[in-house]
Amino acid sequence: MATPSRSTTAAAPRRRKPLQLGGYLGLVLAIAIMILPLAWMFLAGFKERDEIYTVPIQWLPEAYDLSNYAAALAAVPFGNFFLNSTITTVIGAGLKMLLGLTTAYAVVFLEFPFKKFVFGLVIFALLVPQQIVMIPNFTLVASLGWINTYQGIIVPGLASAFGTFLFRQHFLTLPISILEAAALDGASHWMRLWRFIVPISAPTIAAVALVSIVSEWNEYLWPLLVVDRSDMMTLPVGLTLLQNNDGVTNWGVLMAGTVLVTVPVLIAFFALQKRIIAGLTAGGVTG
Amino acid sequence: MPTIEDLHRSTDSAVAVSVSTGVVSPVMPRTFTPRKKKKPWKSWLLFLLFAGPNVALLIVFTYKPLLQSLYYSTLQWNLGSASAIPVGLGNYVTWFDDPGTVRVVTVTLIFTIATVGGGMVIGLLFAVLLNRKLHGRGAARTIVVAPYVLSGVAVGLLWLFVFDPNFGITAALLDAIGVASPPWYNDPHWALVMVIIVYLWKNVGYVALIYLAALQSVPRDLLEAASLDGASPVRAFRNIVLPLLGPTTFFLSITTLLSSLQSFDIIQAMTKGGPLEGTTTMMYQIYQEGFQAGRAGYSSAVATILFAVLLVVTLIQMKYVEKRVHY
Repeated sequence: MATPSRSTTAAAPRRRKPLQLGGYLGLVLAIAIMILPLAWMFLAGFKERDEIYTVPIQWLPEAYDLSNYAAALAAVPFGNFFLNSTITTVIGAGLKMLLGLTTAYAVVFLEFPFKKFVFGLVIFALLVPQQIVMIPNFTLVASLGWINTYQGIIVPGLASAFGTFLFRQHFLTLPISILEAAALDGASHWMRLWRFIVPISAPTIAAVALVSIVSEWNEYLWPLLVVDRSDMMTLPVGLTLLQNNDGVTNWGVLMAGTVLVTVPVLIAFFALQKRIIAGLTAGGVTG
Repeated sequence: MPTIEDLHRSTDSAVAVSVSTGVVSPVMPRTFTPRKKKKPWKSWLLFLLFAGPNVALLIVFTYKPLLQSLYYSTLQWNLGSASAIPVGLGNYVTWFDDPGTVRVVTVTLIFTIATVGGGMVIGLLFAVLLNRKLHGRGAARTIVVAPYVLSGVAVGLLWLFVFDPNFGITAALLDAIGVASPPWYNDPHWALVMVIIVYLWKNVGYVALIYLAALQSVPRDLLEAASLDGASPVRAFRNIVLPLLGPTTFFLSITTLLSSLQSFDIIQAMTKGGPLEGTTTMMYQIYQEGFQAGRAGYSSAVATILFAVLLVVTLIQMKYVEKRVHY
């Protein structure tokens, strides 16, 4: 391969200026498209009725009062939604990570005659959309008496397929010296996993955990099916309850509710963006 | 280099090492024979303890229901009802005979092609933009990805307000150039366009992110060499960068297809499949037939058809790509 050490072509500096300008225009446009709808939602949460239903549209509210938020909180039990979302997300994502770690450990470090088959079984599950199996699962959960329960929301989606895949990929790249140390230490496999493998895999685990927390938090279809009591609803399901509560769409109240659902995730995303982006990219880079 | 798997094998039998890795075996025995060879069943038992719960969950909540769904598809059975009538392939015949099926399939195809194809094109454009040495591109990347982590329901609702034909942003923007807002809420075609736009807005950041990671691993030397040879940036991109993105495109084509076919939140929040079923995809039909109409047998038949299509498409993708993409 020919590799020039430093390429300073004559044309480059001349071309750079307009290209840069075009790049910045594109960047501004992309950011505007992404931010405008969110700003629109955020501002609408503060608007009075006559500020919303007006032509031409009015961007900024006269005053930043919280009456829409009060109305949203009064219409549906948002406190319960938050609690339920938190419980199902923490337990669901936590157990999912545990299952992913132990399965990946088994696939990489333990002997079993049908290991390849077991791993194939886990990976193939990625191809089975939730909707294909929701009727049998709903019937099963209903027959167990799990409708309107946390276990009904959490358990059917608990198995870890993608997490197992990512952890396996990661375990295969671990430095040999760590495993030597673990083996010499005479630690059991359980201790090897927790004392050696998990600590050095912390960045990967954090990245995968954050992505799994985000998807549990946003999960909609399954909780919609197995919960019909408002005090057991999660935030996304509760949001559609708020939407359907008003006969005529009351944008101010609905946008206030939408802000309550999105803002915690946005704050978490901007605070932890490096790790979340690492988690999202992990799948793509290995593929 | 030996893989960890090779190494691990060496703990159980020294012979396996020399067979499987051949070259590097001299180092192995020293590092990995602190203990006597263990009884294999002990490792098997451990394997079952470690992997068993996850596999059991997959069997109970993925594989068994997959077969059940196949069986349900041969029944005339209402959800929650104690009795069911076996109808053989009746549900399938009904689906293929239903005049509405053409519309459902068309809507599914348009939605899927627009969201998968459109998503890859726009995502790649964003990635190329974000890959350039511009100030603020880090912040821009974060902002472009942000919608991807939001609840689909919330995104659907906030965009429903953006698209409000009287009081929304699109109406105002179109009004500024003297165009009346299309009836996003009431016209089946415009409603489909609307949900496609919203789906793209939410998910394009993910595609951009993955492409960006791939672009950053394209060797600079290669592009510099091309530039020295007098290739225009566009030609260099088409002939050098695009082929190198092959594996990424393959990965994205499968993952975005899977998530596009599963999209439910946005449609439920914005249109509930309407108006006039203009946004009813096959996936939405499965939900509607099963849980709104209660026709669980019929719904299972549609689910089985969709899953079969999904499997075939994925297999074709893998076969096709095996030939074209070099890893």
